[in-house]
Amino acid sequence: MPQIAQLAETFSSQIFWLLVFFGIVFFVVGRGMVPKVMGTVAQRDSQIGSDLAAAEAARAQADEEEEAWRKRENENRAAAQALVAKAKADAAASSEKKLAAAQKRLDKKLADAEAAVAAARTSALAEIEGVAAEAAQDIVQRLAGVSVTAASAKKAVKEAMSNG
Amino acid sequence: MAAEPAKVDPMYQFTIEPLFGSENWEIAGFNIAFTNSAMWMLITTVVLGIFVWGGMKRELVPGRWQMAVETFTGFVENMLEANIGEAGRKYVPYVFSLFMFILFANLLGLLPLGIVGLHPFTFTSHFTVTGILAAISFSIVLIVGFWKHGFHFFSLFVPHGTPLPMIPAIFLIELVSFAVRPFSLALRLFVAMMAGHVLLEVLSSFVIDGTNAGAHFGLLVGLPSFLLMIGICALEILVAGIQAYVFALLTSLYINDAENLH
Repeated sequence: MPQIAQLAETFSSQIFWLLVFFGIVFFVVGRGMVPKVMGTVAQRDSQIGSDLAAAEAARAQADEEEEAWRKRENENRAAAQALVAKAKADAAASSEKKLAAAQKRLDKKLADAEAAVAAARTSALAEIEGVAAEAAQDIVQRLAGVSVTAASAKKAVKEAMSNG
Repeated sequence: MAAEPAKVDPMYQFTIEPLFGSENWEIAGFNIAFTNSAMWMLITTVVLGIFVWGGMKRELVPGRWQMAVETFTGFVENMLEANIGEAGRKYVPYVFSLFMFILFANLLGLLPLGIVGLHPFTFTSHFTVTGILAAISFSIVLIVGFWKHGFHFFSLFVPHGTPLPMIPAIFLIELVSFAVRPFSLALRLFVAMMAGHVLLEVLSSFVIDGTNAGAHFGLLVGLPSFLLMIGICALEILVAGIQAYVFALLTSLYINDAENLH
């Protein structure tokens, strides 16, 4: 076993070179490079962490904005609906008023027309009475040779008409 | 150690040889020859350095390489955080270096470079190496423990709720189990790596010798050994990762004892 057979002659060189090379590994690689590698990892981790936090914050803000937008939208919708309802009510009121005015006008026209018709009838009736009285006077004169006064003829006609 | 050509010596692969005529280099009387073991430590260091360097592009969206490196650092970081807690983060450089150094050494030592004439050397199969690594881990445990808790650190050896008369015995048992830790840490890795490499070498000698002995032996011994070898190779890759993980995990558990007592 060379490990034992050569122990006396090689142990010092083994120890010396191991300390030299392990020392180089420890100070150059372990102390020099490893912290930098780990620093890179830590930096990446913190970068990822902050990116995630930023994304989370952006999401929260988007949610907030959506909420605000929804609220505004709801308000706008309510306002629009109120406006529509008011316009509807106004329109209904004004059309009612117009209808009432038109109705009134029509009623007045009807009343006027009725009055005119009544007047025409009365005048017509009076004319018919007059004509009938004259006719009755004539007829009586011609048939009975009696001359009646216009007044009595009129009276008789009126009686006959109201009876007949 | 000259192996005869017809035979395969399964232990030969662990032989340490000085390279580039450096066998007489010395510091304060100690030989520091630049051996094949040191060569593979250098290769491991360079490959590991290149690997981690490739992961330093610091891109927000990582490429494959960066992802791979970050997976390893994240793995070590999670392990330390799970075992030690928030205080474990400061040990990431050490445990990462330890884990990756052992892992790369184990894996590089498994590379089939013998095909192109190179001889891969697994320095984690030498207890001088694993022993030093375990000693470093254990020193950190001791230093952190006494630094943070002073002599209160000895309460580690007296679990909560120990009856008073039992305390001396329990203290001794716990002290021994604590003192054995660096040895078990070192031997586990050393034995696992050595056993795997010896097994592969023995099986390959079956294949070679069996086939050389004739077609019958080749079919009867060589072929099954070869199939088994393929399976063992996959197993060894797994063991390379598991042993590196176990070493790092136990180190972090021991540091946890020092950090938090229990």
